[in-house]
Amino acid sequence: MTLFAVDPVPWARSQMAFTLGFHIILVPLGVSWAAMALIANYRALKHDDSDALVLAQRWSKYMAVTFAVGAVTGTVLTFEFGLLWPRFMGTWGPAFGVPFAIEGLFFFTEAIFVAIYIYGWKRLKPWAHFWTGVPVVVAGIGGSVSVVAANAWMNDPSGFTLDSSGKVVDVKPLAVIFNKAMPYEAAHMLVAAYLVGGFLVASVYAVAMLRGRRTRYYRLGFIIPFTVAAIATPVQMAVGDSLARWVFNNQPAKFAAIELVTRTGDDVPEILLGHEHANGTVTGGIRIPDLASFLSDPRTGASTVVEGRNAFPSDGEPTVAQTNAVHLAWDLMVGLGTLLTLLSLWYGGSWLFKRDMPRTRWFLRIAACTGVLAVITMEAGWVVTEVGRQPWIVYNYMRVDQAATTNGGVWVTFVAVVGIYLVVGVTTILVLRGMSRRWRAADGGDESDVPYGPTPPRPEVREEVPVG
Amino acid sequence: MSWSDVVAVVLFFGVTAYAVFGGADFGAGFWDLIAGGADRGERPRALIDHSIGPVWEANHVWLIFTLVILWTAFSTAFASITLTLFVPLTLAALGIVLRGSSFAFRKAVFRTRDQRNFGAAFASSSVLVPYCMGAIAGAIASGRVPAGGEAGEPVSSWVNPTSILGGVLAVTVCSYLAAVYLEWDARRFDDAQMAEYFRRRAIAAGAVAGVVAFIGVFVLHSDARYVFDGLTSRALPFVILSALCGAGSLFLLVRDRRGARVLSIGAVATVVIGWGVAQWPYMLPTSLKVSQAAAPDGTLVAVVVVFAIAAVTIVPALVLLFVLDQKSVLPEEGTESADSAVVGSEQLQTPGAINRL
Repeated sequence: MTLFAVDPVPWARSQMAFTLGFHIILVPLGVSWAAMALIANYRALKHDDSDALVLAQRWSKYMAVTFAVGAVTGTVLTFEFGLLWPRFMGTWGPAFGVPFAIEGLFFFTEAIFVAIYIYGWKRLKPWAHFWTGVPVVVAGIGGSVSVVAANAWMNDPSGFTLDSSGKVVDVKPLAVIFNKAMPYEAAHMLVAAYLVGGFLVASVYAVAMLRGRRTRYYRLGFIIPFTVAAIATPVQMAVGDSLARWVFNNQPAKFAAIELVTRTGDDVPEILLGHEHANGTVTGGIRIPDLASFLSDPRTGASTVVEGRNAFPSDGEPTVAQTNAVHLAWDLMVGLGTLLTLLSLWYGGSWLFKRDMPRTRWFLRIAACTGVLAVITMEAGWVVTEVGRQPWIVYNYMRVDQAATTNGGVWVTFVAVVGIYLVVGVTTILVLRGMSRRWRAADGGDESDVPYGPTPPRPEVREEVPVG
Repeated sequence: MSWSDVVAVVLFFGVTAYAVFGGADFGAGFWDLIAGGADRGERPRALIDHSIGPVWEANHVWLIFTLVILWTAFSTAFASITLTLFVPLTLAALGIVLRGSSFAFRKAVFRTRDQRNFGAAFASSSVLVPYCMGAIAGAIASGRVPAGGEAGEPVSSWVNPTSILGGVLAVTVCSYLAAVYLEWDARRFDDAQMAEYFRRRAIAAGAVAGVVAFIGVFVLHSDARYVFDGLTSRALPFVILSALCGAGSLFLLVRDRRGARVLSIGAVATVVIGWGVAQWPYMLPTSLKVSQAAAPDGTLVAVVVVFAIAAVTIVPALVLLFVLDQKSVLPEEGTESADSAVVGSEQLQTPGAINRL
C-alpha cells in the first residue's frame, strides 16, 4: 500500500468533485421529471388526452432508470463523506448530519411512492394512481432543500458551540438547518432542478421534431417540459441575483474571486472573462465600468465598495488557479443563464402573441442544445459555490486539507470510481435511447394495451386479483 | 435511559431493517447469479425481477438511514470506521452502484446478451456487497476499529476470522431470506414449480446458515471475546430465540407449510439485535462506549424526532407499498403490451399454461 501512497487531498477532492458532478445531473431529473409526468398525467385524465397519457407513462419508465442510477450514486456520496472526509465528519457530523437526517425522510418517501407510481399504472384507479405521484414531487422538493441546507451550512456554519478543544458541544438543530445561506441556496438549486430537468427533457423532443417527427405526441413532449423550464429560468435569474448579493455581504473572499476583484475599492468594473495572474494583476477580458459595484448594492450604485482579494490572508481565500476557475465558471453560468432567459422570453412571447410555440427551425435547433447547456450552467454554478469556498470545508472553521482522509490509496478508488461511473453514465444514455427506439418501433404496431384500460383477455391469465 | 441509548436503539433498528429487507434483495441477487444459463435461469430470474422490482429501492434506503444516524449521532465512531475499513466500504459502495444500475438496466433492455451482462453485474455485486457489510460488522464486533477517529489496521481489520465469518454469514443469511421470500412470492403467483425450486434452496441455504452460525460460535470465542461473552450472557435470549426461529422455519419449509417467512425474519432480526445487545454498552468494543461516542443532546433529540416522524409517516407508507405489492397491484412498470410481451414478468403470469402443457 505504502509503495503507491500519494498525498490524498487532491485525489479525495477530485473524487468528491467527480461523483457529485455526476450525481447532480441526475438530481434535476429526480426532482422535476415526476412533476412533468404528473402534468401530462393530469392532462390525460382531465381532458381524456391519450397522447399525454402515453407520455406520462413512458416518462415514468425512463424515470425508473434515472431514479435508480440517482439513488445509487447518491448512496456513494453518503459513503464518501466518511471515506474521503473522515475528519470533517468526525468533528462536524453532529451539526452537518442534521439536515441529512431530514433528507432521509424525504428520500424514503420518494423511493416508496416512485415505486407505487411507476408500477401502479395497470391496477390502480386512474386518479388514485395520479395522487401516488404527488408525494414524489413533494419529497423531491423537500429532499433537495434538505441536502442543500447542509451545503449552505458549510458556507454559513451556525447552530453550534465549540469547547476549548474545538469539539462541538452544543447543537441547535433548527439553527443548523435554517442557516442564513439556506433560503438562497435551496431556492437556487430547487429552481435549477426544474430548469435543467425541463430543458433536458424538452431538448430530446426538440431533436425528434427536427427529425420530422411532428405529431401531437412529440409536440406535447416538448411543450410540457419546455414551459416548465421557461417559467423557471427568469425566476432563477432573480434568485441567483439575491444569492450573489448574499455572498457579497457574507463571503467577501468568494465574491472577490467571482468578480475577479484584486484590490478593495469602489467603481469596480464587471470583467467578462479575463485572467488573474500570480502577481495579482488581471489581464484580458471585457470590462463593463462600475457594473460589479452597481450590482453588489444598487442602492449605493457605482460607489459601492467591494473588498478585493488583497483584503484577505492568502491562506484564507481561493488560490489564483481556483479564482480563475471560479470566475470562468461564474461567467459561464451567468452567460448561459442569460441565453436561456432570452430563449424563454422568445418562447413566452410567441405564446402570448401567436398562441403557439415559435415555428422556426432555428428555435428548435437552439432548444435542442438547451439540455446540455442547462447542465453546463448548473455545473458551473456548483463550481462557483464549491471552489469559491476554498480553502474551507466549513467556512472559517475547518480547511479542506484538515478534513481529508489520511488514506494514501485514494487514487486507486478515484480511478475505479471514474471508470465505473463513465460506464454507468454511457450505459444510462444508451439504455434510455434504446427504450425510446423500441417505443417508436412499437408505435407503428399494436397498441391494444391502453393504460387504465381493462387488462386484455389472455387465455393464460389467471384471476389472481380482482382488477380494480 | 439517556438520549444516546435511545439513538443507539434507533440505529440498531435501522441495521435490523436493512438486514431483513435489503438483505433479501441482495440474496435474490445470489440466486440470480447461480440460476444457470439464459434458458434454465429464465424463470427464476423473472420471478426475482418481478419480486424485488417495486421494493428494492425503498429497502435500500435503510442503509442511508443507518449511515446518516451513525455519522450524525456517533460521528467519531463513523470516522474511525471509515478510516479503518476504507477498502470494504469502498467495495460495498461501488458494488451498490453496479447492482442498482444494472438491475434497472436489465429491466429496460430486451436483447439477451445485454440482459446477461447486466444480470451478471447485478448478481455478482449482490454477493460482494453483503460480504463486505458482514466483514465490516465483524471488524467492529472483534474490536479492530480503534476509538477517537483513528485508523486501525488497513487490511487485517477486515481480513480476519470474525470478518470472514461476518461476510460468509451475511451472504448465506441473505440467500436464505431471499429464497424464503421468493418461495412465498412464487406461491402468490401460483407458480408451483418455482415455489418448489426456491423451497429447496431455502432449506439448503438455511441449513448452511445454521452451520456457519454454529462455527461462528467458536470463531467469536477465540477472536471476538467481548461479543462472545455478551452473546452467551445478556444476549443469550436472542441467540436462543434466533435458533428456535431458524429451526422452526426450516421445519415448516421441509414440511412444505406456510409461516416460514415470519420465522425467517425473526431468526435474522434476533441475530442482529443480539449482536447489538452483546456489544452493549460499546459502540466500538471495547474502546468506545455509546455514551462517549454520542453527539450533543440537541443533535440526538433531533434524530429521535426525525425517527418519530418516520414512524408515523414512513412506516405506514412502507406498509402501503408492501400491501400493494403483495396484492399484485404493482405488477410491472408502465403498461404497454409491446414491452410487457417480452418483459420477464409476463412469463410469471402464465405458469398455469406452462404447467398445463
